[in-house]
Amino acid sequence: MAKFFPIGQIMGFVFSLILTVIAMLVYFTDMSFTTGMIILLVTAFIQAGLQFMVFMHAGETEDKWAIYSNIIYGIGLIVLTILGTLLILIWDM
Amino acid sequence: MSEFFAQFAVPHPSTLIYIAMASIVLGSIALVAVVTYFKLWGYLWREWITTVDHKKIGIMYLIVALVMLFRGGVDAVMMRLQLAVPENSFLDAQHYNEVFTTHGVVMILFMAMPFITFFFNYLVPLQIGARDVAFPRLNNLAFWLFFMGMGLFNISFIIGGSPDSGWTSYFPLAGNEFSTSVGTNYYMLSLQIAGLGTLLTGINFITTIFKMRAPGMTLFKMPMFTWSALIANLIIVFAFPVLTVALAMGTMDRLFDTKFFAIGDGGMDMLWANLFWVWGHPEVYILILPAFGIFSEVISTFSRRNLYGYNSMVWSMIVISVFSFAVWTHHFFTMGQGAFTNSIFSITTMAIAIPTGVKIFNWLFTMYKGKIEMTTPMLYAMHFIPLFTLGGVTGVMLAMSAADYQYHNTMFLVAHFHNVIIPGVVYAMLAGLTFYWPKMFGFMLNERIGKATVWVMSTGFVLAFIPMYITGLDGQARRMYTYSESTGFSMLNMLSFVGAGIMSVSFLMLVWNIWYSFKNSPRDIGSDPWDARGLEWATHTPIPHYNFAITPDVTDSTSEAFWDSKKNGTKLFKGEIKDIHMPNNSGQTFILSVFFFIGGFALVFSMFTLAIISLIGILACMGYRSMEDDHGYHIHKHEVEETEKSYDKKGGAK
Ligand code: HEM
Ligand SMILES: [Cu+2]
Repeated sequence: MAKFFPIGQIMGFVFSLILTVIAMLVYFTDMSFTTGMIILLVTAFIQAGLQFMVFMHAGETEDKWAIYSNIIYGIGLIVLTILGTLLILIWDM
Repeated sequence: MSEFFAQFAVPHPSTLIYIAMASIVLGSIALVAVVTYFKLWGYLWREWITTVDHKKIGIMYLIVALVMLFRGGVDAVMMRLQLAVPENSFLDAQHYNEVFTTHGVVMILFMAMPFITFFFNYLVPLQIGARDVAFPRLNNLAFWLFFMGMGLFNISFIIGGSPDSGWTSYFPLAGNEFSTSVGTNYYMLSLQIAGLGTLLTGINFITTIFKMRAPGMTLFKMPMFTWSALIANLIIVFAFPVLTVALAMGTMDRLFDTKFFAIGDGGMDMLWANLFWVWGHPEVYILILPAFGIFSEVISTFSRRNLYGYNSMVWSMIVISVFSFAVWTHHFFTMGQGAFTNSIFSITTMAIAIPTGVKIFNWLFTMYKGKIEMTTPMLYAMHFIPLFTLGGVTGVMLAMSAADYQYHNTMFLVAHFHNVIIPGVVYAMLAGLTFYWPKMFGFMLNERIGKATVWVMSTGFVLAFIPMYITGLDGQARRMYTYSESTGFSMLNMLSFVGAGIMSVSFLMLVWNIWYSFKNSPRDIGSDPWDARGLEWATHTPIPHYNFAITPDVTDSTSEAFWDSKKNGTKLFKGEIKDIHMPNNSGQTFILSVFFFIGGFALVFSMFTLAIISLIGILACMGYRSMEDDHGYHIHKHEVEETEKSYDKKGGAK
């Protein structure tokens, strides 16, 4: 039965729709720039994680540790690069 | 009509450029004539252009690298000649700008990059016991995209004018206001296309190393070069997209007048320098790590023992891969950010010397406990260690941001990076080339000429670059096309010119060695002439198309599987020969890349109709590919057996 009815995928789909709606509310409701940005960032990261896990099957193979460590490595580098850039070009200019 | 053709003229021509133009045209005609006369077009198309064989693709990278080494070398000698005496007028300021820009781009992106990619291609599948890379056709596409980017860059100096704002191409200098020729368009678009190829290589090799290792080969049993390739490709995948984005923004600034890197209108010129070095510093580690990998193979082979401290070697590379992304600001300490930021990046930069030092000590300990045999590759390694260490030490000097205000953009900096890149990367490439030459071509390079080459090269290197440390500290700026007598730089610059001349002699000796050995070296050298250690030497020479008749099993071996099989009799090839599944060749990738070339060329000259046509061509090729079903083919068991028998008669490895 599980094979014919991919409950995980459907839940994932619904959840990603909910996330999209939350993100869209930022545009349609009146809130401060900071709050809006925080909501967007948080929903975006959860959305990306969801897509990785549910639709790109990141956690379903034997070498999932390699995929996860690559993702973590990538996120680490991105955070490093962005913080460094902000430091160089704005905060400490 | 004449207006149309006028845009292709070189804006600032000289006799030299006209001579180059004529010789390129005549050379191309001659080449086409020879290929046609000997009816080689079909052979080239079937065996090389469309090939998906990692070994052949590797050789094509090698050829590009050697040709570009020559081109970059000619540029270098021209620069040294111009600076040999004060107030020289061999090159004017504009030509000097064009020459150093071309030299930098060609050497880093079109010489060093294809050289390491040649080793990725040739060695990684053999070292992990695979028959090809994970995505063979993508590999062919990566080569051709790289090749087209290279070609586009190289025609700039005869069609429309060379880029002239440095290999770093800083804005606002590289913007339309100060760089009025199409040169910088060439820079942006050719690096974009070639960089796309490099990115594909990165993805391909990470997948290959993760997915296609022989049974029993855990990550910590991989040969050291494969480890270095894995880490370098990881850095490629994370660093090159930054370059892609920066180049796209720069292209838009130049073609469509956007303001990303403009000084006013909300643009930010420093953003280019920032993005460029976010890619640029990892890039120098992309080059040096595979070089370290090659030296590790060479040093353990000719010290006749296993590599000292395998695990610490691997971990130091992993640490370097993270740190290489945390130091980029050291390239622009002087450009306006505060002391706090500079201090942070000073410390990270100095810290990266630690894992590098760990590797140096590991090589020293390997030799200390070993029985050294001084072959040509080993001699390169022996010259590498002290010279590279000197470059590392001056790097740490530059890393001190307060002191860097004195060194930055002087000849001291130029001496530093040549001091790490030549003994580091170039020596490694030549050591590796000499080491693997018999595996690739079935004969050895002459050892006497080879060793003499190393000594001449190092002599030339020291004479050419050590004087720059001194003139740099005395204030000779880089990228200046001349200087006056009263600066007192004359003698040392003349010395540098002599050194550059001696280095050129050493490269000619290399060419002579290839020719001499081709004529004179014996061909019955078996498949393991150096008594080497890694799985790549467990193949026959010449390596059959399918690499290994039986997939090797290294469950009972160490990272030096072939050595174990020779010394302890560990069985590598278990089971029996079966049908072998191989990928098909394809010409689509070449056609796709030609569309990229045309599109790039069109954009350089803002010919948008042509650009859109080639974009449609690109999309059509991709669409065709996604509809296609290609399952490869099988080499039948009895064919494999027959091939293997023919080797037995010749007496190769079993
Ligand atoms: C211990 C290791 C190293 C340290 C601490 C170091 C440090 C530095 C610093 C601080 C600079 C900038 C100096 C300035 O602009 O004033 C620099 C420039 C440079 N380094 Fe290194 N470096 C190291 C190793 C390497 C290696 C291994 C390579 C290449 C394989 C390399 C290639 C370069 C290049 C190409 C530049 C100059 C780029 C340009 O401005 O055109 N460095 N290095
Ligand atoms: Cu750097």
